Amino acid sequence: MAVRRAEEMGGYGHSDFETEEVHVLAVDDSLVDRKVIERLLKNTSCKVTAVDSGRRALQFLGLDDDKEANGFNGLKVGLIITDYSMPRMTGYELLKSSVFREIPVVIMSSENIITRIDRCLEEGAEDFIVKPVKLSDVKRIIDYMTADFVGGGRRVINKRKLRDDSGDRSSLSPPYTIISIFIVNTGFSHQTSQNGKL
Amino acid sequence: MERNPMRRQLQVMRKSLFDQGYLDEQFVQLEELQDDANPNFVEEVVTLYFRDSARLILNIEQALERKPFDFNKLDGYMHQFKGSSSSIGAKRVKAESTLFREYCKSGNGEGCMRTFQQLKKEYATLRKKLEAYFQVARQAGPMETACRPK
Repeated sequence: MAVRRAEEMGGYGHSDFETEEVHVLAVDDSLVDRKVIERLLKNTSCKVTAVDSGRRALQFLGLDDDKEANGFNGLKVGLIITDYSMPRMTGYELLKSSVFREIPVVIMSSENIITRIDRCLEEGAEDFIVKPVKLSDVKRIIDYMTADFVGGGRRVINKRKLRDDSGDRSSLSPPYTIISIFIVNTGFSHQTSQNGKL
Repeated sequence: MERNPMRRQLQVMRKSLFDQGYLDEQFVQLEELQDDANPNFVEEVVTLYFRDSARLILNIEQALERKPFDFNKLDGYMHQFKGSSSSIGAKRVKAESTLFREYCKSGNGEGCMRTFQQLKKEYATLRKKLEAYFQVARQAGPMETACRPK
């Protein structure tokens, strides 16, 4: 896995650069949805680990905290995609867990509730997908998570890491405009929307 | 135009499932995920759905036998059921689930029971139709592309 330093790329911030292949951790208590999201992600050339609860997600990532990758020949988890409504630990609670600061989180929910979406985005969720999840939803997320930028190479955007590193929450609101700024700079045409869904 | 008569039959069955509102766009999403490496993906997901949701149907049935109704519990089960129904594109079943949840939220026990009976009918019909569909699909071999219903 090729990792290039930010400095080499002319100061685009603190993020690491990773190759196209992303290891995604999918979290959903529904057996059917896990099967579907797994296929959707594999179809977008991602490596996938699917677990059925927040607890198992934490366990899986706990084994990963050593900078030593878990599974898939050393490919660290680059993205978490989690259902919102799960027993015991919701996707929101998973998001809030400080363990995930380094890894971007996308929330999925069958319920299109604006307050829920806003709360998740404010807490630093990368995006919010309304179920049922479509291939275009997954493609869109993987595309902007690994966007090309001027100077070549690819980067994985982590909104929460940027926010934390900048040390100033207020300058980065509303959260979802960050993505559009980067995309604009790269020459991509991309829409962001108020509810996280195009 | 399909030359193979089995594939033609399959297309007719498929079109009917969409035209009669049993399936929606999400089913097409599943079809688009099927390929040479995963030639039976749709059938696998649907089989998984019927197996998994049978448990929820049973739970709801049992919960409806206990009076007074625990509407929160009922709504919780139906939320899960609706979710997976939605994920496979089960349009009519999903609609009944939505209605059931509305009755739960308004505490209408009669409405819940009525809707649940209707839901079970739709669920059973869908199961029969999809079983028949996949039976033909297995005999017909792979279709060229998933096509969108008009």
